[in-house]
Amino acid sequence: MTVILSQSFTGISIGAVLLLIALGLSLTFGQMGVINMAHGEFIMAGAYTVYVVQKSIDSAGTSLLISLPLAFLVAGAMGVLLEWLLIRRLYARPLDTLLVTWGVSLMLQQLARDIFGAPNVNAQAPSWLSGRITLVDGEHSLTLAHSRLFILGLAIAAVVALTLTLRRTSLGRRIRAVVQHRDLAEASGIATGRVDRITFFIGSGLAGLAGVALTLVGPIGPTMGTNIIIDAFLVIVVGGIGQLRGAVIAAFALGVLQAVMEYSTTVSVARVTVLVAIVAFLQWRPQGIYTLRTRSLA
Amino acid sequence: MLEITELVAGYGRSDVLHGVSLTVPEDGVVCVLGHNGAAKSTLLRAVLGLIRPSGGRVRLDGRDVTRLPAHRKVRAGLAYVPQGQQSFPQLTALENLRLVADGRGRDGAHALDEALDLFPALRELAGRRAGLLSGGQRQQLAIARALITRPRLLLLDEPTEGIQPSVVAEIQRTILELAGRGGLSVLLVEQHIDFALRAAQRYHVLEAGRITSTGEGGEAARDRVREALTV
Ligand SMILES: Nc1ncnc2c1ncn2[C@@H]1O[C@H](COP(=O)(O)OP(=O)(O)OP(=O)(O)O)[C@@H](O)[C@H]1O
Ligand SMILES: [Mg+2]
Repeated sequence: MTVILSQSFTGISIGAVLLLIALGLSLTFGQMGVINMAHGEFIMAGAYTVYVVQKSIDSAGTSLLISLPLAFLVAGAMGVLLEWLLIRRLYARPLDTLLVTWGVSLMLQQLARDIFGAPNVNAQAPSWLSGRITLVDGEHSLTLAHSRLFILGLAIAAVVALTLTLRRTSLGRRIRAVVQHRDLAEASGIATGRVDRITFFIGSGLAGLAGVALTLVGPIGPTMGTNIIIDAFLVIVVGGIGQLRGAVIAAFALGVLQAVMEYSTTVSVARVTVLVAIVAFLQWRPQGIYTLRTRSLA
Repeated sequence: MLEITELVAGYGRSDVLHGVSLTVPEDGVVCVLGHNGAAKSTLLRAVLGLIRPSGGRVRLDGRDVTRLPAHRKVRAGLAYVPQGQQSFPQLTALENLRLVADGRGRDGAHALDEALDLFPALRELAGRRAGLLSGGQRQQLAIARALITRPRLLLLDEPTEGIQPSVVAEIQRTILELAGRGGLSVLLVEQHIDFALRAAQRYHVLEAGRITSTGEGGEAARDRVREALTV
């Protein structure tokens, strides 16, 4: 039982990372109506940011704290660049956008191989994240790793910040307006092109944060983004596209299911089981947990 | 104030607006009448820049603004109420207005208040999602939203189409009042001939993307316009 619980907790922290990625992905999805295939490489960029910062700063703790905002900036800037160079020329051409961003994704992976080499590298976790909290002691001990608690806290903070920004600020109103009715927004005096770029900055920045989080629990490599982006995409589909509540439920459900199954079977059996579960779920509820009403996040 | 010359515009490769010229004088009201599909809405969209004109010129106070993006034209003093009671459906009525008032500082808040004074019914509906409002309420919201930028020229596309009669009268009264205040010119697209001619000093009949008849507004023009529209 305690094993199931501790596996569940592992799943929750993975779910938290998935949620970060999925939120960023659906933010840019709302803007361009198509999945940005290079979103996974923004995660990778965030992770390599930690690696690079650690090369120049010895203290793992300090470098982690510097990496968080820096990874957001790096990934966000990459998103803005992608939007500005390519995507904005392809609005209303979804298939082209899909192919182009996929191409960019492959190029970025190769770029990472050229710069950092093909093998995975590791970042050091700060000492204050290497401990564990013991909840139940004794024979059936239940412990929670600090690093996973940190990831959970980071994700919650990011989700709350994003929600508040979207719901309460004038920037949030502009973002939602552009997603809901682009022409009317433009005709109301909103510089929709600029709002697009800001949205890409935030959405891609969240991927950068997710990348930092992933360095605490696993290796950094050129294909790390591709591996997890599929799961994030599943979160969006299962949660209901553009639905915040749906994404939260789906992310944690997916994370926990995967982690628990991995413990009771093998990694690949777990993988297949999760996919079968999702296919079955979508047969029953093709629209996801929550119904798609608009493409808006809020 | 607004000078449109030989404006050509369309969708994709095919033009539906074939060289329209008209002017709206300072403080004047000019209406465009025409059947469904005559390209009335296309004309307004091309003037604002929501679709890119493929020929002709749009001048605002003598300045060529043909290629200016729509949001820049709004900053230059244009405002637009599109056809069909459009809003941001998931934003509340108040958010629909604040969206435009944001970034305009004190004056924005002031303008928002004045817009609400114009349609007091909107005050009670402030917290409701615009998508849940009735057509008439949404149209009032759309007009209020357009006025918050304090435009000098208002483009109105069939402001009373498909709205229950009680609200039609209120909207028409408001338009006449706004036009009479001074400082605001109006380019009005209408299917209600009587109202259009009452509001406008000048009318243009648009047919299949061309102006086929034009003259002074007022009661006297009614028969001529009817005739122009039936042939
Ligand atoms: N988005 C669009 N894409 C392609 N063609 C369009 C589009 N919008 C309008 N059209 C075409 O352009 C022509 C003019 O349409 P427009 O909407 O300007 O007419 P209208 O005079 O405003 O009509 P109504 O009185 O019904 O509003 C029509 O033939 C219409 O089919
Ligand atoms: Mg029309």
